Parts: sequence; C-alpha cells; structure tokens
Amino acid sequence: MEMTTLTTLAGIVEFAVPVLFASIGENITEKAGLINLSVNGTIILCAMGGFVVALTTSSILLGFLIGAVIGAAVAAIVAFSSITLKQSQVAIGFVLALLCRDLAYFLGAPFTNKPGVFLSKVPVPLLSDIPVVGPVFFNHSLVVYASYLFIILAYVFMFKTRPGLMLQGIGERPAAAFARGANVKALRYLYTIAGGALIGLAGPMYSLAVKIGWAGQLSGLDGIGWIALAITIFGGWNPLRVAFGAYLFGGLQQLGITLQSTTDIPIQILQAAPFPLMIFTLLLVNVGRAEWVERELAAMPEKPRKVLSKILRALRTSPPSAMGVPFENE
Amino acid sequence: MSVEQGFGRASRLTAKSAWTNFGIRFSAILLALLFTSLILVIAKANPFEAYKSIIHGAFGSTIKFTSVVASWVPLVIATSGLLFTFTAGLWNIGMEGQIIMGSVFAVGAFRFLDDIVIAPVLVIILAYIAGAVGGIFWASLPGLMKIYGGVNEIFGGLGLNFVAKTVAIWLIFGPWKRPGVASGSGTEWIDIKYRLPYLEGTNLSLVILIIAVIIAVLTAIMLKGTHFGLRLKAIGKNDKAAYILGIPTTRYFLLAFGICGLFAGIAGAILVTSKQYSLIPDAGFGYGFLGLLVAMLVNYHPIWSSIVAVFFAALSIGNTELQYMGLNSYFAGVLQGFLVLFVVLVDGIRKQLVKKR
Repeated sequence: MEMTTLTTLAGIVEFAVPVLFASIGENITEKAGLINLSVNGTIILCAMGGFVVALTTSSILLGFLIGAVIGAAVAAIVAFSSITLKQSQVAIGFVLALLCRDLAYFLGAPFTNKPGVFLSKVPVPLLSDIPVVGPVFFNHSLVVYASYLFIILAYVFMFKTRPGLMLQGIGERPAAAFARGANVKALRYLYTIAGGALIGLAGPMYSLAVKIGWAGQLSGLDGIGWIALAITIFGGWNPLRVAFGAYLFGGLQQLGITLQSTTDIPIQILQAAPFPLMIFTLLLVNVGRAEWVERELAAMPEKPRKVLSKILRALRTSPPSAMGVPFENE
Repeated sequence: MSVEQGFGRASRLTAKSAWTNFGIRFSAILLALLFTSLILVIAKANPFEAYKSIIHGAFGSTIKFTSVVASWVPLVIATSGLLFTFTAGLWNIGMEGQIIMGSVFAVGAFRFLDDIVIAPVLVIILAYIAGAVGGIFWASLPGLMKIYGGVNEIFGGLGLNFVAKTVAIWLIFGPWKRPGVASGSGTEWIDIKYRLPYLEGTNLSLVILIIAVIIAVLTAIMLKGTHFGLRLKAIGKNDKAAYILGIPTTRYFLLAFGICGLFAGIAGAILVTSKQYSLIPDAGFGYGFLGLLVAMLVNYHPIWSSIVAVFFAALSIGNTELQYMGLNSYFAGVLQGFLVLFVVLVDGIRKQLVKKR
C-alpha cells in the first residue's frame, strides 16, 4: 500500500481515541441511568487544564491526571444535582457544557499557542514491523494502545462480569436491583463520576497527544463532545459498537485533513461535516420505532417488508430504560 | 374551616414562599459572584476592578447603555421564543442555528431584491418576512425529526446549529462571496438605505426596540392569559395525559417550535439590519444559547426573563471593557454560567428541604 494511505489510516486510528474514551465514559454513565450532557465543555476544559498542568510541571502524567480529576468533578456536580437534588439532568448538563467551555477559554488565554510538552510516538517492537497493520495500529503514542485495551476491558466489564451486570441492572430496572441489595444511588454516583473521569481524559488526549497544544477557541475542540454523545446513541450503549462509531468519526476528521490539502474547501466546512451525518445516523437508528414507519411497513408486500424491517431492526438502538429517571428508595 | 381562613393561609403561604424564593435566588447570586471572583483571582485580576470596569463598560455613557439595550433586543426575543418551547416541555437547543438561518434568509432577500425597484422600506419588511420564514423552516426540522423520526430534539437542534453555521460559511466563501477575494469576515454589506437608523447619539434603532417590547408583551399574554398557553403548559407537564384529554399534542409541539423559529428568524433579521449589515459565520452571536440560560435562570417566567435579559445584555456588553485588564470576553459566559448553575443547585436544595419538613 502507498505510504500516504497508511498515514491516513493511522490518522483515523489516532483521531478516534479521545472521542472513543469520551463516548465509552458517557456509555457507562448512561448505563447507570444518568445522562451527563456536559461532555462538550468538559473535554475543552480538561484539554486546557491538562495542557497547562503538563506545561507548568513538565509532567505529562500529571496533565492526564488533572484531566481525569476535572472530568470527575464536573460529573460529580451532575450526579449531585440529578441523584440527590432530582433537578433536570438536561438543565445541569447543558449549563455545565457552556460554563466549562467559557471557563477554559477564559482561564486558558495566557497559555494560548505556547509550545508545550506532548506524548511522543512509541512504536511497538516487532508488531510495528508487520506490513500495513504495523504502521496503522502500532506506531502511535501510548494513549492509542491504551484505547485498544480499553475497548475490550469496557466490553468485558459491562457484559461479562458481576459488577457489570449490576451496572446494567441499575440503569434498566433500578427497583429490582435495589431489591437485590444494590445501593442504587451510591452506584449511580460511582459510575457517573468514573464515566466523567474517562470523559475528562479525552481532553488531555487531545491537547497532549492527538491535537497537540492549546489554541483557545481555535483549538477545534468545540462540538466534539456533542458528537461523542451522539456516538453513544449510535453505538446502542455497547462499547464495541460505540468504538466503531468513534472510528467512523476519526475517519471523517482524517478525510477533512486530506481534503484540506488537496482542495480549496474552507476548513470550517470540513469541520462541520460530521454534524449532518450525526443527524442522519440518529434518524437511522431511531426511525424504526416511529409509528408511521410501522404503518408503512405493514402496508408493504411481504418480501420488501421483511428485508426492510430486518435492516431497521439491525440499526435500531434503545437506551437503558431508566436512563434520565431519578430513583427513590422505597 | 371557613373560606376566609383557607384564603388567609394560602396567601400567607405564598407571601412566605415569595420571600424564600427571593432568598434562594439571592444566595445563588452570591455564590455565583463568589466563584467568579475566585476565577478572577486565579486569572490574576482584581475582582472589584473587574466588576467596576464591567459596570462602566455597560452604563458609562449613552453609547454604551444604548448598546446594552440594542443587545437586549435579540436576547429578549430569543428568550421569548424559547419560553414557548420550554412551556411545551421541549429543549430547543437549536435556537442558535435558527437565528443564523433568519440572518441567512434576510441577507438573501436583500441580495435578491436589490435589483428590483421598490421602496427600501418594503424591501426591509420583505427581508424580515424572509428571516421569519428561515427561522420557522429551521425550527420545524428538529420538531419534525422528533415527531416522525424519534430523534431527541436536543441532538437534532445541536446538529442543526452546526449545519446552519456551515451553510452560512458556504455562502460567505461561495455564492455570496465578496467581489474579489472571499473572506471569513462576511459577505458584502447591505446597502445603506436598508440599514435601520440609530437614534441620534446612540447605538440603538427605535424600530427594533419596539419589535422586542411587542414580542415580550405578546409572549407574556399568550403564555399566562390564553387557552393556548394553558394547553401548552399541560403538554409540558405531561404530554400523554394532555393527549388523552384531547389536546392535539403533535400540532402543539410543532406550533411551539414554529413560534420559537419565527422569533429566532426575526432576531436574525434584526441583527442583519441593525448590527452586522452582512452575513458572518457566527451570525447568531450566541444569543440562542444565552436565551436558554436566561429562560432557565428565571424558571421560564416571561416577565422576569425580560428583566434578567437586561442584566445578561449588560454583562455581555460591559464585559468587553475587560480587555484593558488583559482579560478576554469569555468572562461574561463564566459569570452567566455560574449564575444558572447555582440557581439550579440551590433551588434543588430548597426542594429537598421542603420535602423533608
């Protein structure tokens, strides 16, 4: 394969990483029954925080740590407001999304465009020598390798372990989980905060590894958090399918960069390209449930109906049934 | 128990809860100020100096104060529109995009009608109608997608915000680019005869102020004093129950989106004819998002939202003065964000305390 194709593919794998962590973090949060809508602001604030801390302490590890801490703290506010105070989850999440973003742009101003520290590439010995697969998957910084492990771990945890089953329980049937002795509220706090830490990690992954540096509102991070939320829906709350969505998004971003160097389409248009696609995919995964679709399908002749409903069912995703609903110990 | 006793108790209760409500809002404001002051200290700025310069920037001169009023106009219109969707229990986060689409259609009307010989006033009116159509069109999309596609209006609206911005950018760099070289600073300015004149010595056009006041008053009347408002509220409280009681919920959802889009489109046309005079990538100036914050802050109350909008507009205008202290103008967003955050939190704490008692 040509060199440029390989770099493009490697770019997709890299660009998918932060969004993958954020989406799976949100996936865990929503599995537990909460919606953390602050993702967009959280990522930007953590990108700034992580960059500044890494710059001033010269410790990349501390940069990532602070990203996770900020993300967890924001999620803790969401959890407190939703679980303990039973306020609207949309309201608190949306306010935090705006507040964190503006906070990042305000506090990060003195550090704009400063040359900083970043994670360098560490090719995996032996594996990186494999033709095609090596340069695409095994010639990256550590966060990319971490993402491979993370996808598998998240999937196994969620579907193959006892705590994972309990996680599903508190999001699907909290009353039943409670009857079986689960402390629903405490677990929801735990998973919301843990999910928030993962979302927070996406910030430094950008500013210290994937889109290195901090450029204020020109960092190009505004909007990514909303896409991460959409990917969670597209992924049907399954880490494997969520990861697939993240790679699709990485592909789109990489495509934008390629097109930018070969055509004269303004960069802003390329940056916005994922959004119509996001709406389209949300339509695809949701439309199968709409009343009029069922009506139309019923009126169709046997053969196309079977094929179509099969396709719609394969695309369709449904959220954890208690998502967004506060829980009261009774 | 006599009727009077009952009444007496009820009024005492409301008077008491009015005071508690005030106390709650007040403590939320104090907390927000405390946190923003902390942020200012982190940014190595003197909070008192900063607040003083914001007040000076908003009220220091006639020009500054009328700029605040001119900025209140689109904000109060946006907030009024959002009160309809909020009352129906809908989150119209796509407001920003709907304002942008209003601007796009208004600028388009000016470009299209420029060669036709009719009175400038007529052209302006047509441009406002075009803006309204643009806003309604863009607002109906998340509504239709919610009803017929099962897509949550939050995601539909958010996506459409970015799409609207992309359409604006495409027009600016493509079909509507300035003669010569296309530039991100916007399209060519509309002719001077289409620009609404300012009152002498001010930054404010009287026409837009009148439009805003009419819209704010109409909103309060429609939501608080008509059957339409009541039905909308019933849907917002419980749409399934409202449907069973015979309210055509689908039509009301779409109506709420439509009214919101109408106001958004008018706001977009106002921004074109009285502020920017052209189409720019950020044609919504953030008024859609700010309107959401205002509506949330006043718990979706029409009259209070007009008042709080003055405060938010003053913050946004006065805030630009901070650049002399070496700070950027994202400060307004920080203060506004903290305000809403603490109102939501403190209000939640009050509810929990009331329940426990």
